[in-house]
Amino acid sequence: MMLELRNLKKYYATQKAVDDISFTVQEGSVFGLLGPNGAGKTTLLRMLTGILYPDEGQIFFNGKPFEPLKDIEQIGYMPEERGLYKKMKIGEQALYLAQLKGLSKADAMQLIKEWFIKLEMQSWWNKKVEDLSKGMSQKLQFVTTVLHRPKLIILDEPFSGLDPVNSNVIKDEIFRLAKEGATIIFSTHRMEQVEEICDHIVLVNKGKKLLDNTVKDAKQEFKQNLFKISFENLPGHTDSKVFQTIKQHSDHSLTVKINEGYKPNDVLTYFIDQNAAITSFNELLPSLNDIFINLVEGTAASRQFQNTTA
Amino acid sequence: MNKTWLVIKREYLSRVRKKTFILTTILTPLLFAAVIGTVILITIKNVRNEKIAVVDPSGLLKSNLESSKTVTYQFTTDVDTSNFVAKGFSAILFSPHSGVNETNNFKLITEKSLSRMANESIEKSIDRALENNMISQELKIDPRLIDSIKSNAESVSIITNKKGEDGKLQQSNFNIASSIGYFTAFLIYITLFIYGAMVMRGVMEEKTNRIAEVIISSVKPFQLMMGKIIGIGAVGLTQFLIWIVLISIITTGLTSLIPADVLHQVQQTQQQIPGATGQSSEAIRAMAEVQNNLATVNWGLVIFCFIFYFLGGYLFYAALFAAVGSAVNEDPQDAQSLMFPITMPIVIGIVIMINSINDPSSSLATWSSLIPFFSPIVMMARIPFGVPDTVPYWQLGASMVLLVLGFVFTTWLCSKIYRTGILLYGKKATWKEMLKWARR
Repeated sequence: MMLELRNLKKYYATQKAVDDISFTVQEGSVFGLLGPNGAGKTTLLRMLTGILYPDEGQIFFNGKPFEPLKDIEQIGYMPEERGLYKKMKIGEQALYLAQLKGLSKADAMQLIKEWFIKLEMQSWWNKKVEDLSKGMSQKLQFVTTVLHRPKLIILDEPFSGLDPVNSNVIKDEIFRLAKEGATIIFSTHRMEQVEEICDHIVLVNKGKKLLDNTVKDAKQEFKQNLFKISFENLPGHTDSKVFQTIKQHSDHSLTVKINEGYKPNDVLTYFIDQNAAITSFNELLPSLNDIFINLVEGTAASRQFQNTTA
Repeated sequence: MNKTWLVIKREYLSRVRKKTFILTTILTPLLFAAVIGTVILITIKNVRNEKIAVVDPSGLLKSNLESSKTVTYQFTTDVDTSNFVAKGFSAILFSPHSGVNETNNFKLITEKSLSRMANESIEKSIDRALENNMISQELKIDPRLIDSIKSNAESVSIITNKKGEDGKLQQSNFNIASSIGYFTAFLIYITLFIYGAMVMRGVMEEKTNRIAEVIISSVKPFQLMMGKIIGIGAVGLTQFLIWIVLISIITTGLTSLIPADVLHQVQQTQQQIPGATGQSSEAIRAMAEVQNNLATVNWGLVIFCFIFYFLGGYLFYAALFAAVGSAVNEDPQDAQSLMFPITMPIVIGIVIMINSINDPSSSLATWSSLIPFFSPIVMMARIPFGVPDTVPYWQLGASMVLLVLGFVFTTWLCSKIYRTGILLYGKKATWKEMLKWARR
């Protein structure tokens, strides 16, 4: 167990930013922390990085109570709002940030050189951050976050502002770091990225946890028995007590919802009996986006100010 | 601690390496040197000797016209208006043919106009020559007798003597003490603003750049704030030290430019003070007096106290400036209005100083030199008047202790404001909100 949160609470004057959240993060996993804007993700992450202290609840890091002063050297944090000294030379900046994480100067130099070569940044050393494009400084920020070989890497919206090429470069590096044993927590509201990358997700809204599951199980949990069936030619009859046709597509296929008490085989039997030529039959699992919208809908997406004194 | 050191190093190096720092650090003493140099140059220029040919057919001036440092008179007969330049004279002076009392008919013919100093000097010499002539001819008294009476009477200058505690009379000069006090207090006033604003801008930069969050995930907010304050303080100290060294080198260099005989006279006069008389000119006497009085100031104490009050005042206010910087966002206008409660006491301090410099023992001066908000400025202005006679030891000690307690308190208070403010975006905070953060 890399990280365990127990009943974490953080209240601000006007709202409950984090309201009784618990979950665990397995070592070596890629963990997704999802939620709409203002759900309390950033506050949660700030508590995990020792920037804020929780009002209530405990954090366990590596099985022991979290000691920010000691443990932050094991953590790499890339905040959503990227920040670098604009006037400082890139090489010196990377060195400074690495030394603040407790690396010796020699070790830091060594690692910076390796990373700069790997990400083709060698020529940047004497440039200033203000000379870099947004994507380039994003890349630099990523390097400075993971340079000190943290055991826990916390990335808040790591791909915002990156072009697809650089996005992939960073994504590959994240996978590689995870394979080498680092635990990665990934905060975003972009669901399609999470589906690709994460093993486990937690969905929060309005400071509360709405979902805590693996990506696969979450999809099973929220599936609506939707199937897509393709035919060579559309069959004549598509009405049955077994299923409802949700949508008829122009490429001779149907999206159907199987009714309670029936199985996919019952659907297939129905069409086979009609001698329809089936070319494919797939279960349609909900995307995380669907789950997300499903869960968050009904509760207002943006939070209202609450009174915490009550 | 190690991390605070890293922050200090970054803050220090990134500023010291800036072109503006190098320029102001070198240019300021050069400017100072230029001013001093001009003054000395003017002095030397005035010492330039004008040779003047005197045509004095009636012998009116002959016995009494004395050459001075600026003007040399030479009585000739073979010089006239057409050839005086060729013979090396800068002017030719014709005295009237008629009697002594004809004071209107002196004629000075020059090629280039003479300096004002030379003109005045010539007029004075003629006055004197005529005066002496009349004294000796009409009163039948030796003019030198009158001279000595006059110079004795004129040489009165007020010397303020303060009675030291050990009963020994200490000579001090009020003007020198007050100008040193004024200068050092003003320097502290300016540096409080310059370096305080530098701290504030640094904090604002980190906040608006959003680097603060990255750094704070590695170091404690307190370490970041202290690192910045100490780093910038060290920049200030470095600048002062370079200035002191450069200025003393330049001053020594420039002193060697003053002609040796002038310097010699100054030294001689210095030994004669008080009551210097004789040939030494007013300027040289004044210079000697200044040198003499500068020597009575306890420079070690003044420099020590200056550095102490600079650092103490800086630490006291820098934390407040850091708190303001952490509370504002991009808009520099916000900073202006939040800064007001901080800049106000500094301005009040300088106003008190200006009003109390003429009475450094007044109760206003005494009390405000104990309050940490004003003490760096007001106490600094009082110290050159002498410790322990103008500023008793207990006052200096109390002022220093209070200042140290003061900056420990502001640093503690502001680190709490800073901790919250640095991560808070959105609208600017008010002082009321900031104090609420401090109570958390």
